[in-house]
Formats: sequence, C-alpha cells, structure tokens
Amino acid sequence: MHTGAGVEARLPIRSDMDLVWVRQHVRQAAAKLGFGLVDQTKLVTAASELARNALVHGGGGMMEASHVTAEGTDGLRLTFSDSGPGIPDLDRALSDGYTSGGGLGMGLGGARRLVHEFAVDSAPGSGTTVRVTSWVSRPSRLREDV
Amino acid sequence: MSEDFSRPVAGHVPVLRLGDVLLVTLQGDLHDSMAFQLQQDLSETIARSRVTGVVIDISGVEIVDSFLGRVLAEIAAQTELLAARTVVAGMRPAVAITLVELGLTLPGVRTALTTEAALELLAQPVVLGHPGGVREERP
Amino acid sequence: MPQHETGGTPGTPAHTVRDFLLRRSEQIAQRWADEPLFRSVFTVSREEAVEAGKAVVEALAQVADSQRVEDPDAAGFTGVREQLARMGAARSRAGLSTTQVASELAALRPPVENLLIADLEEETPERQRECATALNVLMGTLRLVAMQTALSEGQELIDRQRLQLLEVATPVIKLWDGIVAVPLIGTLDSARSQVVMETLLNAVVDQHARFAILDITGVPTVDSLVAQHLMKTVAAARLMGAECVVSGIRPAIAQTIVHLGLDLGTVKTRASLADALGYCLHELGANIVNAAPAGAGRR
Repeated sequence: MHTGAGVEARLPIRSDMDLVWVRQHVRQAAAKLGFGLVDQTKLVTAASELARNALVHGGGGMMEASHVTAEGTDGLRLTFSDSGPGIPDLDRALSDGYTSGGGLGMGLGGARRLVHEFAVDSAPGSGTTVRVTSWVSRPSRLREDV
Repeated sequence: MSEDFSRPVAGHVPVLRLGDVLLVTLQGDLHDSMAFQLQQDLSETIARSRVTGVVIDISGVEIVDSFLGRVLAEIAAQTELLAARTVVAGMRPAVAITLVELGLTLPGVRTALTTEAALELLAQPVVLGHPGGVREERP
Repeated sequence: MPQHETGGTPGTPAHTVRDFLLRRSEQIAQRWADEPLFRSVFTVSREEAVEAGKAVVEALAQVADSQRVEDPDAAGFTGVREQLARMGAARSRAGLSTTQVASELAALRPPVENLLIADLEEETPERQRECATALNVLMGTLRLVAMQTALSEGQELIDRQRLQLLEVATPVIKLWDGIVAVPLIGTLDSARSQVVMETLLNAVVDQHARFAILDITGVPTVDSLVAQHLMKTVAAARLMGAECVVSGIRPAIAQTIVHLGLDLGTVKTRASLADALGYCLHELGANIVNAAPAGAGRR
C-alpha cells in the first residue's frame, strides 16, 4: 500500500540543459530523503537515462517527482512522460542491446536495473510514460534507544 | 559528498598538455554538448600534436550515465586509432557500481586509481600486463 | 454523527461505557499503575504511570464515543498509539516474549471490568451484560492496537540489528601497501553482497589499493547469484583502476561452479588467500624468496 504525498516537482525536458536540472533535482530530493550515496547515484543515473529517452525518442516531455511512503519507508517516485511516437515493441526495448537512437542500448533495460520498481506504458502513436520508484534501504525511523 | 553542488558549466572542457600527455579533468555535471565537444577537441589535438596518451580524471564526476560512458569509450577507441592511449582515472565507487549495474563495463578503456597512477601507466612502454591495477580487458 | 438514540433512552452500551470511563478515569489509572505493564515501564514515579494510564483511558472513551469499539483504526487511538508502542517496545527489550506482553496487556481488563460492574449495580442484568460486552470488545481492540505497534517496533529492532550485523561482518584488512582483503564468512545474500561491494570499493579508494582480494573460504556455497555479485565487484573495481582477485575457492565450490556451468569469465581466482597475496605482491614488483636455503631451519 503506497500513499503518495502528491507531486512535488514538475520539470520540463526540452534540451540537454534540462537533463542537468533533472539530475540535480533528483540528487537533491534523494539526499533529502536519506538515500545512501550509492542508491542516490543509481537513481540519478536512471533518471538521466529516462529523461534522455524522453528527449531523444519522445521529442521532449517532462518529469514529475513525488515523495511516497509505504510501511514506514520513504521512497522517491519519478514519472517521465512524452508524447512522442511511443514504443512499438516494449519487450524488445527492455532487452539489452536494443537501441533506436544511438547509444549503447542500455536506456530502458539499464534504468530498470537501477531502481526498485519500474513500470512503462506505451503504445505506438500515444507517447510513453515510464514510472520508477526507489526506496530508502535503511529502516526509516531509526531511533536511538534512550 | 555534495558540499559543492555541481553547477552546469557551459563551453569547453580545458585540456592540459603535460609533455606527451593530455590531461583532462571533468568536474560536476556535464552537458551532453560539452562531452561531444571534448571528444572532438581531443581527436583534433592528438592528430595535431603527437601526444602518446590521454588521462581523463573523473574523480570529480558524480554520475556517469550511458551517454557519458559511450563518450569515454569512443574517446579511448579514437585515441587508440591515433596511436595514443587513454586512461580514465579516479572513478568513484558509487559511479563504478552504478555503471556495472547499468551493464556498462567499458572493456576497452584503461583505468587507474588516480591521475598519478595513470601517468605512471602511460610512462611504461606499450606492453601488456603492467603491474598494478591497470588492465586492459579483451572482450 | 452516529448519535441517533437521544432523549429518554439511556444511549447505546458504548455510550454508557464512555460515560463510565470518563467518570472513573482516575480510579482506573490508579489501578493500572499497579499492573506490571505500567509499573515496569514508568519507573520514575507513580504519578507518571497514572498520567499515562489516564491518557489511555481518555483515548478509550473517545473510541467508545465514536461507536467504533471494535475498530483498531479508530481515530481515538491516534493519540496514544506512540505511547503504547513505547510501552510494548520497552517490555520486549526487557526480554519478554510477544505472548508475555500480550498477557500483560490482557491483565489491564479485569480492574476496569470490576469497576464497571460495581457502577452498574442498579441497571437491569441485560443492560449490565451489554455494557460489559462493549467494554470487553473495547479492551480487546486496545490490546490489538498495542500489539500491532509493538510488533512493528520489533521489526525495526530486527532491521537495525541486521544492519549492524552487516557492517560488523565485513572487515577490510590491509595486507600490504596497496593490497586490501575482505575475508567473507557466512552466506552471501543480495543485501550483504551490496555491503561487501561498497565496503571493498571504498577501501580501495581510502587505501590507494591497486589490489583487492575477496576471500570466500568461509562462504558455504556459491550459487549463480553469488557468482554474479563476485563478477560485478570485480568489474566495478576494474573501472576504478584496481584489480580484484577472488581466493579461497574450495574444491567443493569449484565443483559446484563447474556443475552449474557458471562462467566466472575474467575473474582472477587463486586457491588460497596466501596464493592471492603472492600474486598481488608479484604484480606489484615484489619478490618473495626464502631467507634460508631449502631444507634448512628445520630439524
């Protein structure tokens, strides 16, 4: 059971300058929630991949970031959406080595390995939405014994 | 960790020449266009001025995604064609773990712990298996 | 508001219980203060225990007022949830089992029930029974709420201890200038492998280590998951400019690896930690020679 605390930020993805903002925003948000350095880096990298996908394949789009909690654990949910041509063959797009726009073909499949939850919604002609969530791995309410 | 929050810088990445070696220090968050520019600048400089090696210090880089990874791999392949060697130095542990998870192990790229180690490596004659943690893997 | 029966009728049993709780909160809290649960948690003073007890009684009255005596999620419990959690956690920390905590909670019921019965002496037997039932259900719900929170506290304790264990179980040893080793003992699961990888790679940076040895002598089994983690660690170390050697692959494990058809690929392996150290020293340019001629020095 997840309870969303609402969307906290909405960032446009229109240029490679925007990719920098996306990465910095995700880095700051993850640090604030208490993500460890490695998990921060994984999430920022995944965001960079997905934002670049939206820019290169979707002709631009946007990212929404929200803070979610489940069973006392904090998480960060990022939703990338574009209104580009969509992905005709999702299974193939998620497998390594598949690429349609340059790069090493690590975009979607690679990003999926860097996050805890991954969902993609796409159909030819109707754009693509990718939603990823990662959770702070430590128990969130660590209290010192008094 | 993020005491100095990386601000995006526009324009060229400075390329320093130390004898036969070009030294590039990447810092903070790189624009895609800057990375592309660097790739071009490097190949032109190498072709113009017979350098034997390139050291790219990425100890100040907080993330390497598949795009930047590809740029690094291409720079290495390019310099190889121009009879020089590229060493990527100082990759942070978190960055290395993420790249491996992403599926990018950069097999054709030489690596070193620090810039000094990279310069030491380049000072060695071109033979395989130099002592130390600097290895080139063949796929 | 679910308050339909007003006027001449005496109200629902829940409302009678509510009135009783509000009227008697002092006495109930006084009696609870003598019960082990309150007595052992609030050790500073009796007043403290009585105050805490009153807070719980008031919460119960609120829940009764909302007619939701059987609902652990009733809004009335919100205010005392944390206090109950603290009490439950304190008892588990004192070494009580879950069952023991549950029976301490159950012991809170009889004193309240006795007071209620004494208060309702004038009422019809049927009314008495109805009100006692309502109180019973309410006390049962309180027990549930306390156990829920105590259990989640326990889970946190387990999480915290697991985390500590992970950190303790991964020592990094500097074997030589530029050589670090991590001896792994016990089963490697996903979380532990992650910690091992991070610890090892951080040590590589801190110690300027060109070599890192992962010794798996103490790892009982190597399955494909463990093998995958080993290969990831080796790949990440290489990206940083260090070489990772895996040592301590016992014959049985070597067999499993072959049987499973696992490909350790480019991973450099050595039979023992000593062999691995020898390899690293050699690569660093050091040579190991025996000081004494072979055969001498032993009689």
